[in-house]
Amino acid sequence: MVYSIRGFDLAALDVEVEPIAATPASRGRLVFWLAVAWIAIVASAAIAADWLPLTSPTDMDLLARRAGPSADHWLGADALGRDLLSRLVFGARISLSVGLIAPVLGLIVGGGLGMLAGYFRGRFETLVVGGIDVLLAFPPLVLALAITTYLGQSVLNITITLGILSIPALTRVARAATLTFAEREFVTAARALGAGHGRILMRELLPNIALPLIAFFLLAVAVIIVVEGALSFLGLGIPPPAPSWGGMIAEGRDSLDAAPAIAFLPAGAMFLTVLAFNMVGDRLRALTDPRQGVL
Amino acid sequence: MLGFVGRRLLYLAPVLIAVSLLTFLIAALLPGDLVVATLGDEATPDKVSALRHEMGLDQPLMLQYLHWLGGALAGDFGRSVRTGELVLSAILQRLPVTLELMLFAQLIALAIGMPLGILCAVRNGGAFDRLVSAIAFGKLSVPAFMSAIVLIYVFSVRLKVLPATGYVPLDEDIVGNLRSFVLPAVTLGFGEWPVLMRVLRSDMIATLQEDYIAMAKAKGLKPWRILLVHALKPSSLTLVTVTGINIGRLIGGAVLVETIFALPGIGRLLIGAINTRDFVVLQGVVLFIATGFVLVNFVVDMLYGLLDPRIRLGRA
Amino acid sequence: MTDPPLLAVEQLSVDLPTPRGRLRAVDEVDLRLEAGCSLGVVGESGSGKTMLSRAILQLAPRHARLGGRVLFDGQELTTLAAEALRRLRGRSIAVVFQDPMTSLNPVLTIGRQIVETLREHLAIDAAAAKRRAVELLVEVGIPAPEQQLRQYPHQLSGGMRQRVAIAIALSCEPRLLIADEPTTALDVTIQAQILDLLARERQRRNMAMILITHDVGIVAGRTDEVAVMYAGRIVERAPTGRLFKAMRMPYTEALLAAIPKLDAPPHTPLPAISGRPPDPTRRLPGCAFAPRCCYRAARCEEHKPSLTPIEGTGHEYACWHPIGPRV
Repeated sequence: MVYSIRGFDLAALDVEVEPIAATPASRGRLVFWLAVAWIAIVASAAIAADWLPLTSPTDMDLLARRAGPSADHWLGADALGRDLLSRLVFGARISLSVGLIAPVLGLIVGGGLGMLAGYFRGRFETLVVGGIDVLLAFPPLVLALAITTYLGQSVLNITITLGILSIPALTRVARAATLTFAEREFVTAARALGAGHGRILMRELLPNIALPLIAFFLLAVAVIIVVEGALSFLGLGIPPPAPSWGGMIAEGRDSLDAAPAIAFLPAGAMFLTVLAFNMVGDRLRALTDPRQGVL
Repeated sequence: MLGFVGRRLLYLAPVLIAVSLLTFLIAALLPGDLVVATLGDEATPDKVSALRHEMGLDQPLMLQYLHWLGGALAGDFGRSVRTGELVLSAILQRLPVTLELMLFAQLIALAIGMPLGILCAVRNGGAFDRLVSAIAFGKLSVPAFMSAIVLIYVFSVRLKVLPATGYVPLDEDIVGNLRSFVLPAVTLGFGEWPVLMRVLRSDMIATLQEDYIAMAKAKGLKPWRILLVHALKPSSLTLVTVTGINIGRLIGGAVLVETIFALPGIGRLLIGAINTRDFVVLQGVVLFIATGFVLVNFVVDMLYGLLDPRIRLGRA
Repeated sequence: MTDPPLLAVEQLSVDLPTPRGRLRAVDEVDLRLEAGCSLGVVGESGSGKTMLSRAILQLAPRHARLGGRVLFDGQELTTLAAEALRRLRGRSIAVVFQDPMTSLNPVLTIGRQIVETLREHLAIDAAAAKRRAVELLVEVGIPAPEQQLRQYPHQLSGGMRQRVAIAIALSCEPRLLIADEPTTALDVTIQAQILDLLARERQRRNMAMILITHDVGIVAGRTDEVAVMYAGRIVERAPTGRLFKAMRMPYTEALLAAIPKLDAPPHTPLPAISGRPPDPTRRLPGCAFAPRCCYRAARCEEHKPSLTPIEGTGHEYACWHPIGPRV
């Protein structure tokens, strides 16, 4: 069990209480690589968006409102005549940037704090764990909403806020992983050889906890994409007219009767991307600890 | 037992204080001038300083915090800057709706998760088990707003059997009330069943290997009785705990769902406060939600001790 | 000899698939038990005796392969429908497991665990079942039975828990009781009490009993017949008195010798049997005990001895070099 019942240790964000196996081992490999492929496709499209032959995502073609697929608009157009494919791709750019950069903040701050807490123990550790509990006392969406309200809506602010949200989970993982390794012989050996704390942390511990941290990082990416999507869906995330998947889904809601694709295309894209990150992250997590992961 | 409760209470107090501090600080320390933003177009220097004084914003931060906290403990969360309504009464008025939503959502999650968990544990490793596990994993990647859209499309737009928005109070029309909760509760509950199912399945698999299950079979008891009485009860401890923890997650999810389906609950209040830049309400609601979150988890911790007679009555 | 025995086990074998190969836990075991008689099954841990008891009840693990037949009261259990088997268990055949701490459900009161068995098999109402449960607790020697009904297993001592387990087993007046190492998990001082309780109840109810144990001293004087198991097979079987006086199989002799004796001088070294039970996934061509037997010869390692009866005595043994009768 990843979570514990003492005190207020809770699964942070929506990171899973107990890992769910993606698929049985045999078919798992194919699906794993499919997930990686999808991420690669979306990422490349997002990066290369400017150079792809796409119409501008904000151009309104009033003649093509809610139109289905056509030569001009490969996937159709939304309620304001904007090209769906291009909005999907540019939306991917926003969602992926936020989704990847925010957890990096969490990784650096949370991972660092967790590693130090697990290494030095004592009062520092209690402080860190207590701080995490306080952060976790807020339902994540509520916290995100509160912070962005005061900070104001912009891509940067959203990224910072979501980064802060991802700190608790990554701190937990880093601390837990450090705790298991800090007692091992190679650390004691390094210390006996006169290595200072810094050396031990960077050279001995960090490489060992890197893998579980990366696994959780990927899972955090999945969660962040979802939370950003939720914020944008509520209109409190990425400000329009910049396209984001969450915002597109919200816009598509009004056209559900006439053109459901407007909502379902971004929903599908988000689902597949989040699923892909979940799968890759879970597979990596299974590698780090044979007990968890594939059951 | 008392020592158990006492220790937990001791830990609770500092967490609550820290929560209130953080809530306050979010408002106080972030850039942007509350007063100017509140007054908007009417911001003249006189009005600004008057309002600032009235809201106590010209006092030292610590004093402001204590003043606010003192008020909150006495039940005074301040008044809405927009409507002048007491924040606390606004919260309490909308609380029943949110609670009803959370209750239904939890019931739905349990209604789906428990049977599936039991079935998968019994047929551990089989095709059904793998299928359900795959679905549960996939469901994790479907956030609430996505399932909401799908459900609305299927049941409101296509089949036209359920309302997409709108709330009917309980005392007006029970059936209408229940109907207005179906889609929101299903949306919210759908997000939670994978966790519940997984936890129960895992515990059941372990329990089913215990000697007392073999003994129950040797006694010739009916299979359903063995499952539901002998196996379920010991396995349900973790389930209860997770259900309790889930209540916290449900609070967060309720915010989103209420907005999508236009239910007048606390979540709507929060979003509304954000949209109208009503900071007093925002602070009050966030504090209320966070405190509730912490208290619920505290109760769950207590419940765990209560449910396991070995813990309750002394050493195992 | 015209009445069919209460229990007849014919060539029963249990195979378990393991990653290291097929494991033969029980190897072509034959047993006969008349109504009201008692049989002791003695063997080291790993000899297959627990698997034997589970197999008789058709409660072997899901992936186990069973061979042979089990006949109870003329009915063949191996082909019996699940529902009929269920009605038989607890009612006509009852079991007492080894460790009452794990065989009793920790989250249910003992009253509930007794009552549910009664109500499952007998058509009585809750009040009558409760009264019967109290009577049963009195019969097995538990003081203040009304209060004990509301207790949870962990609140009782080990000996009391086993008495409760026995009460559950006896509750529906079974014709056959299988006691699988009923005293192993208990203090030595309690062991005798439990065994006496079992013997007394057996007499009273004229119940057949199979007493499974690794301690050959336990079966002396308490069973009519003894079967010795080694590596999944029965290697010697005889009426109890005869076994102790005239054993043939070296393994049986070694088992007896390993029991500490009261009249031996202090610090007498205990003649433990050297070596360990064989790896059940690797079937040796010869006698399974040969590697540890001090009398072994070439023949023992090449050919597996089968059970040979001694005429007119009900005594069988499987050995190429049986030891002579004791004086």
